[in-house]
Amino acid sequence: MAQPKDFGFGADEQMVRDQARRFLKDNLPVDRLRTLVARDHHEAYESDVQPVYQDEKLWASAVELGWTGLGVPVQAGGAGMGLVAVAALAEEAGRAALPSPLVSTLCATEVLKAAGAAAALERIAGGQAASLAISGQAASQEFADTEVEASDRGSAVVLSGTSYFVQDARKAAFFVVVARAGKDLVLAAVDADAPGVSIDPDRIVDLTRDQASVVFANVEVAASAVLARGAAAEQALAKSFPALLTIVAADLCGASEWLLQTTAEYARTRKQFDRPIGFFQAVKHPIVNMMVDIDRARSLVYAAACAIDSEPEGGERLARMAKAAASDAAAFVAGRAIQLHGGIGFTWECDVHIWVKRAQHNQFLYGDGTCQRARLAEMFEA
Amino acid sequence: MAERVDTPEQAEFREHCRRWLSENRPAPPTFRLPLSAIEVMTEDQRRYLCDWQNKCHAAGLVGTDYPKEYGGHGYKGFQSIASQEMGRAGVPYMVNVIGLGMAAPTILVHGTEEQKRRYLPPLLSADEIWCQGFSEPGAGSDLANVQAPAVRDGDNWVINGHKVWTSLAHFASWMIMLVRTSTADKYGGLSYFIVPIRGAKGVTVRPLIKITGETGFNEVLFEDVVVPDSLRLDEVGKGWTVAMTTLTYERGAAEGAGSGGGVSLDERVRSLVRLAKATRRGGGKTAWDDAVLRDKIMKLAIRSEGLRQSARRARVPGLIEDPMRLPLQQKLLTSELMQDLAAVALEIEGAAASLYVGDDRAPDGGQWPLAYLNSYGFTIAAGSNEIQRNILGERVLGLAKSK
Repeated sequence: MAQPKDFGFGADEQMVRDQARRFLKDNLPVDRLRTLVARDHHEAYESDVQPVYQDEKLWASAVELGWTGLGVPVQAGGAGMGLVAVAALAEEAGRAALPSPLVSTLCATEVLKAAGAAAALERIAGGQAASLAISGQAASQEFADTEVEASDRGSAVVLSGTSYFVQDARKAAFFVVVARAGKDLVLAAVDADAPGVSIDPDRIVDLTRDQASVVFANVEVAASAVLARGAAAEQALAKSFPALLTIVAADLCGASEWLLQTTAEYARTRKQFDRPIGFFQAVKHPIVNMMVDIDRARSLVYAAACAIDSEPEGGERLARMAKAAASDAAAFVAGRAIQLHGGIGFTWECDVHIWVKRAQHNQFLYGDGTCQRARLAEMFEA
Repeated sequence: MAERVDTPEQAEFREHCRRWLSENRPAPPTFRLPLSAIEVMTEDQRRYLCDWQNKCHAAGLVGTDYPKEYGGHGYKGFQSIASQEMGRAGVPYMVNVIGLGMAAPTILVHGTEEQKRRYLPPLLSADEIWCQGFSEPGAGSDLANVQAPAVRDGDNWVINGHKVWTSLAHFASWMIMLVRTSTADKYGGLSYFIVPIRGAKGVTVRPLIKITGETGFNEVLFEDVVVPDSLRLDEVGKGWTVAMTTLTYERGAAEGAGSGGGVSLDERVRSLVRLAKATRRGGGKTAWDDAVLRDKIMKLAIRSEGLRQSARRARVPGLIEDPMRLPLQQKLLTSELMQDLAAVALEIEGAAASLYVGDDRAPDGGQWPLAYLNSYGFTIAAGSNEIQRNILGERVLGLAKSK
């Protein structure tokens, strides 16, 4: 199948993106976001349990706008749009530093689609948030490193062990869990409130999401909730992983662009030595370097999303490139955004830190640049 | 990467390009061809490359979108297809690179009907080679400081002055030249001319020697050179505006009259992978076994793919905020990528990076140390990359002008 020249970014995709941008601009302006996630640094970082910041009304609107069901197939009640549209939405979530389980749910949707899990997809289309429980403590990219064991009990499966680095765990209605049964991988949908499931929240840097270890203590999963086993589970994960990289990379691009524009605005207005500081090339050139890095990443994100939509065999290569470029870009952009804001950029009152922390979180989620490039090099072996 | 979706007309033209290129690929020369047109030095190289451009022009792969009355082929939006296919086929590059990329679009925009009919056809067919006279010893990054005076004398102008870094002047019939017609106004005192070079009275072309030890570019001295007013491009005092048109094309921000061929960036990345796998290190290992080097090569691969995808994105209105944001990055990013590719190649070669062109033991014929030195030509030329960053910061991000 051929790839469209315009990345498949047509009128529908643009409508989704523009509507999301407008909605978030109106409903989650910076002062609202600050009040929501950064009103109190003691609360954020010193509470016994880190609070979950979620605007329920905003989330309900997001569901109503069809964001959670965007990539869910039409047969399962979703909008059935491709990854290009999903990436465009994730980019807007990053631009607004949206504190919600949207991106986790978009990622889980991709795994569920690859596994053909119609019932779970219907739940997402119906407005439930989902999250992936796929990482062991090493957060390697080998799904076999999962620390959840699965054993059979009649037609059901029993899960024991812990999933680490589960995104938005306290906002998810259910988890998509990778477990191991001997040599086989098992992919299962497990309700967050199922008996035996407990959530042990992490204290994380990022203020716009929550993260946790999810402990499974003899959690019984009905046969109908076992989504795939063995080769089918491995294939579903291998097929969807490039999409996860692309979605997170898109979020990184959106957050990076916000940091770029905010830093450029500061450089246009902040005066020292009687001039806007953007006059000085020691400030101007790094800002241009921020832009150039973002643009490379953004082009690769849409190329990866388009490839995954139209000729998936080329998808992994581009998705790893996109995640590497977006992770490195975000790291550079975030650092420069703080530095070029000077003293104020180092304070809690300057909003830059909210985006910097989200970007830093996503930089490492599912593998940073170095990690992606190591996998990419394997593809150049042949 | 698989084919993107073309309209039926585009697909048909692409097929024509592919078929023609596969049937007409020139036999490899018996002498070394340099990596780019602006390094062409010998008469053998010139003749070989002019013949090739001439054939490509006749086949419709050059001047593709130019009107037929000016020697073009009258298509719309097909040049990029021809250029892509030439790049993909890995055929030699177009030698009249200044003509196609800068002079032709400038003449098309600012020239008179007579000028277009006279100068464009032999430019496209490589019967006449062009060079560019912008930089002077005192006008580099500050291009508007051009001093070469042109003084009116009836229907003629008398030109003096000194132009530098003039690629291809040693073969050129014509130069596009920025001159000073008034000292009263820095920008408004500039005018733009087509100036004869080959055999012209008062013109001296002298080779400059690059750090590579090669010639390939020149300085050009003008001593009372008489140029008829009919060779002026656009109005007196409009030289800066005309020069900005030229620079837009020179920096790759717009499609010229033809390009393509030569070694693509992707191919350079692949050749680095091959080089690393072929370069032996101690203990039975190769340079490719070194994770640090693999990482560096993959960074280059990502930058190369990123450039390609950004060129694609630049044509999708929904995915760009500012129409100049991506095009103005083209020259900056391409030149820095080429430089870094060569630098990593030297790291892969290790001690063998000391071996230059002409040494039998040099890996890849010693091309990488040569490419590394030559790469500075691209990061400096067409507005140094420091100036490119100023332009991007000022025009795209609205930062205060650094001057």
